[in-house]
Amino acid sequence: MSESAIEFVNICKSFKRKDGSLQHVLNNISFTIPAGKTTVIAGGSGQGKSVTLKLVLRLLDADSGSILVDGEDITAIRGRKLNQLRTRFGVLFQSSALFDSLTVFENVAMPLRERTRKSEKEIHSQVIEMLAQFDLAGHELKYPAQLSGGMKKRVGLARAMMLTPSIMLFDEPTTGLDPVMTGEIYHLFARTQQQYGFTSVIVSHDIPKVFNLADHVILLNHGGVDAFDSPESIQWSEKAEIQEFVKTTMGEIYQSRNVETGTL
Amino acid sequence: MSNPLARLGDTGLYILEDLGWMTNFFFQSVLGIFKRPFRFSELLRQINFIGSGSIVVIFFTALSTGMVLGLQGYYSLNRFGADGFLGSAVSLSIIMELGPVLTALMVAGRAGSAMSAELGIMRISEQIDALQCMAVDPYRYLITPKFLAALISIPLLTALFDVVGIFGGYLAGVSMMGVSPGAYYEGMRSSVTNHDIWLGVVKSFVFAGLVVWICCGRGFFVQQIRGAGFGAESVSRMTTQAVVLSSISVLVFDYLLTAVLL
Repeated sequence: MSESAIEFVNICKSFKRKDGSLQHVLNNISFTIPAGKTTVIAGGSGQGKSVTLKLVLRLLDADSGSILVDGEDITAIRGRKLNQLRTRFGVLFQSSALFDSLTVFENVAMPLRERTRKSEKEIHSQVIEMLAQFDLAGHELKYPAQLSGGMKKRVGLARAMMLTPSIMLFDEPTTGLDPVMTGEIYHLFARTQQQYGFTSVIVSHDIPKVFNLADHVILLNHGGVDAFDSPESIQWSEKAEIQEFVKTTMGEIYQSRNVETGTL
Repeated sequence: MSNPLARLGDTGLYILEDLGWMTNFFFQSVLGIFKRPFRFSELLRQINFIGSGSIVVIFFTALSTGMVLGLQGYYSLNRFGADGFLGSAVSLSIIMELGPVLTALMVAGRAGSAMSAELGIMRISEQIDALQCMAVDPYRYLITPKFLAALISIPLLTALFDVVGIFGGYLAGVSMMGVSPGAYYEGMRSSVTNHDIWLGVVKSFVFAGLVVWICCGRGFFVQQIRGAGFGAESVSRMTTQAVVLSSISVLVFDYLLTAVLL
């Protein structure tokens, strides 16, 4: 695997507003997501965090620039090549995106049934093993509507892991969960990453918790990248915009940092 | 955008864009037939939903339509002493026009709206995105079985409508108004040609395609359609739009097909 798992090179993305004008969400941004590490994409609402993930997955197309995945430019690929690219990714959606009409077992089995030629017996044993790993044993026959928020996330994660992806993308993975469950889910992410060794990209609002997991942080602001650094460097940055971000999203940490430096 | 000309141009461009999405949607759904794995069990489930689930609705619609036609036809023809032509009038009206049209409209209202809402909900809850992320073709997985199921079910429902409708005309004309049963059957037998039946069959296939294409397409593109709004509201608006658009399309195509094929 190359040094960088994902590379954004001069990416621009805009959307048409109702009045016909363009809203530039990403304006000529470039950054690198290192392989095997956890990178957090942070920033305020509407700064293009989820758009960044959708561009990587080619659910959206960039207006200009290129995106490299393991060194391969993916901005123009189509058909079978695009499908091959997507099998390298696992995605945990904000809403978990479980299929309502399928049971937990069927949801988790779906990637194997659709993308492999394994027998039903093999699929059954693999799914049962994966469900046990995520503490979901005994819930195989339940439907998503019968699960709690935390369980839905675990089913989503189990489903995403079925094809053993090399890159996991998490889009606001703890939205709607209580603080205890949020902690448990992040602990599960860390444990799973350690076990499988995938590259992890997390888009999250839950900055203090997610900073503990991060090796690198990309801070998106006003269509550009304000910072790409380690969480510690961002926390101690002297740049006014970054200080403002740290202050609003990491109140306690900001306070302790200023106590330490004698400014509070 | 305050300039009316610019607004008109913008609307024109949007309509072209929408037609582009829908055309691509149609071809991708048809191509799904040739992609593997084919979801045979889902096809059967959809035939059960669209076909078997509509039998009662079609039965009562056909029976009442046939009976109304029988009564109306009797009163009109009886004035000229031509009530022997009742079988011919009822069967031709049902086989060539009312059978295919009313069946398509009923299926659009019952199953088309449900398909549109189901796909709309899947879209707004990111389930379709999830399919794409798993490299599963959403057209093959979701749309193709619905397309095939509609193409199998709607012509069969139309045939049921024709039979029940003609029987309804018989009940009203023969059993209630006293028209001779022999005259009713002979009128029907002598006036209905293979071409008339073929016209009805062609219409039912075209209407099936139109209903499933428009209803599924509106749900599938719920987030891209201008003015749809967001969340649950967008799904409800698109479901309404799907039924209205497919119903109007059925009526417009009914005229066009009749004009071309009659």
